[in-house]
Amino acid sequence: MPSLRRTRQPQPVIAGVGSTDAGDPDVRRRLYADPGLPDRVFRAVLRSGGGLVLAVMLLVGGFLLYRAWLALDKAGWSFLTTADWEPGSGKFGIAAVIVGTILIATVAVFVAVPLATGAALYISEYASPRLRRTLISVVDLMAAVPSVVYGLWGVFFLQDKVLPIARWISAYFGWIPVFDVQGADPNDPLAPESIYTSSTFIAGLVVGMMIAPIICSIMREVFSQAPAGEREGAYALGATRWGMIRSVVLPFGRGGMIGGTMLGLGRALGETIAVFMIISVTFQVQWHILQSGTSSVSSLIALRYGEAGEFSMSALMAAGFSLFVMTLIVNFAASSIVARSRSGATSDA
Amino acid sequence: MTVAPEAPGARQATGRPGTTLPGPSRGAGPAGERRRALTQLHATDVYAMVGAATAALSITWLLFHWLLPFNGAVGFVVIAYGLFLLMYALLVSFDEDGPAIVDRIAAAIVRSMGLLLVVILAFVVCYALIQGRKALVHLNFFTQSMELAGPLQPLSVGGALHAAAGTLIMITIALLITVPAGLVCAVFLNEVPGAYARFVRTIVEAMTALPSVVAGLFIYATVILGLGLDQSGLAAGLALSVMMLPIIIRAADVVIRLVPGTLREASYAMGTSRWRTVWHVVLPTCRSGLTTAVILGTARGIGETSPVLLTAGFTNELNLNPFHDPMVSLPLVTFEFVKSPEPNMISRGFGTAALLMALVLLLFVAARILGGRGPGHLTRRQEHRRVLASRRDARRFAERVPGPAAAPAPAEAPAPVSAPHSTVRTENGSSS
Repeated sequence: MPSLRRTRQPQPVIAGVGSTDAGDPDVRRRLYADPGLPDRVFRAVLRSGGGLVLAVMLLVGGFLLYRAWLALDKAGWSFLTTADWEPGSGKFGIAAVIVGTILIATVAVFVAVPLATGAALYISEYASPRLRRTLISVVDLMAAVPSVVYGLWGVFFLQDKVLPIARWISAYFGWIPVFDVQGADPNDPLAPESIYTSSTFIAGLVVGMMIAPIICSIMREVFSQAPAGEREGAYALGATRWGMIRSVVLPFGRGGMIGGTMLGLGRALGETIAVFMIISVTFQVQWHILQSGTSSVSSLIALRYGEAGEFSMSALMAAGFSLFVMTLIVNFAASSIVARSRSGATSDA
Repeated sequence: MTVAPEAPGARQATGRPGTTLPGPSRGAGPAGERRRALTQLHATDVYAMVGAATAALSITWLLFHWLLPFNGAVGFVVIAYGLFLLMYALLVSFDEDGPAIVDRIAAAIVRSMGLLLVVILAFVVCYALIQGRKALVHLNFFTQSMELAGPLQPLSVGGALHAAAGTLIMITIALLITVPAGLVCAVFLNEVPGAYARFVRTIVEAMTALPSVVAGLFIYATVILGLGLDQSGLAAGLALSVMMLPIIIRAADVVIRLVPGTLREASYAMGTSRWRTVWHVVLPTCRSGLTTAVILGTARGIGETSPVLLTAGFTNELNLNPFHDPMVSLPLVTFEFVKSPEPNMISRGFGTAALLMALVLLLFVAARILGGRGPGHLTRRQEHRRVLASRRDARRFAERVPGPAAAPAPAEAPAPVSAPHSTVRTENGSSS
């Protein structure tokens, strides 16, 4: 048993038994327990472990910024506005890749959120307890499916099936600028469909499938935490099940829904290999999501990392750093929204 | 939120008042109040649903085959689904009023969304498995590397042994780094609270946002370009570690945070030092959760392609030395194989994807079997063992109390014991 004695360093009080110093009753006694040598060693080990991890993490961020600085310094603000990627001739920027990344992630979120919300509501509100456990396992498993498997599915199965839809959308909604496809003639039934392949839309669909389980499992967790008392209160007032969901479950889980969506968005922004397998990279700002050819920061890195030269490496680092900053902002916003919501569910990456 | 491990059905030991023995739990929900399962399915609902489905299918078929110049499977499904909702609303409106109709329609939509998600996801997985069967039926796929097999060679030559071995080596390296570092850091975040720990936690959370390709780029720039190492298994393992470390720390942190404070306090109250509390109370309590965290992190790491793509290089030969020469992993060869236009190479790519998928499935099932229980939730066998051990202890205490009263050991006072058995025994063992 550790002996009780006075020490200078402010250790947390473990136990407080009267000390022998009873001379001055008015002075507040400060009672400390000496943690003992093993505990001090233990704490030192823990602290140094934490410090090691901290050092590695800061090193990654710091090194990225340090190496990126060379390119950022040379390019200046034009780094944000240039679409080309030719670090050799000094003309490079992330305008095209950032736009592509954001568009792919936007399509993904638009696909994933309705699916994930419906599935989460089904699992937490409609399914029987037995089925619920099975479905939770299935969705969790899907969140762990490697992205290359989704990529395979997208390239070899989904692409052919989606082309008629892309064609239909561009034929009837082509007047909306985003859905316009340049060079396509909707009145020609024999027109080649290759103009619709490898597009932002298809990449977004695949990434959406990929992030749907992640969003779904966060939403499900938040929905299932809605208090039983309030649910039954709503039923007691005569609400139907959907009325109860609208008035209790959805307001309760709103923070979790937004936070889960943003976490999914963060994953979608950083997704590499599935996007790289589907799109054909072009370095021009491509607003038309149905048209072939787009780009993303991560596929730029995967495509160009082999190029020799310190400066082009630095330019890639700058692109990677900007992607990292973007996902960082999205993730922090997500976790603060989740933490502030009434449900306060922990978000599991 | 947390549930104390002392079961509600615990029984008092006979004879001495105050010692609580753990008993079988009576299955209350974690929050104390339990949701009741409400089912509202009536026969009329089933009739309405079947009727609406039949009507919708028939009308869509009529539209597609006789009336309108439509074709295409996707259009058929979309129109049929829309018609189904309309018909269903119509049928329900015959014997229900406004809110009930909305309720039924919402239920139908929610159910179909849930079904759709599960079907799509199951299909993604099954697609890889089914397409991979062509390569997987050849036994040489598991025993040979691609050393002697060109793209045009039939599937009976060449295999993915080199990739499977590479995956195992890389993930072993990554686990050797991340498991000790991650667990120490997670324990640190929970056991040494303060501004420093909060800062570390913030940084770790920030790092979970690191895109995996950037982790690969970092290792490529530091280890390969900076230190001059080859593209090798070691570099790939390091890249995977950078990516997995924050994931494992966060998952383990959440698990350790769920250990009930009462357990720790019970341990401290018996005069246990901090490291003994962590070693004998906190870690055993959340062992299953930590195992799950590590296994799920492993599953994430195994499936990552982009860090490996940048750091491991590419080879067709079996390479078991992680320090020299390129080494490939399953996701990487999948990615490289399907780039080829040859159908045999694509089949091999699906085969490696199926192998990878099977590996992830295996890890996931292992995680479910080993873990999946919250802290303090025991299997029946564990519970039984714990009850027996507690009884033994209670007997031992009862026998020792009338003995020599001079011994000052704290273990002699049979205080109400509600901490798990391991604490009790260890502390008695070590201090008496």
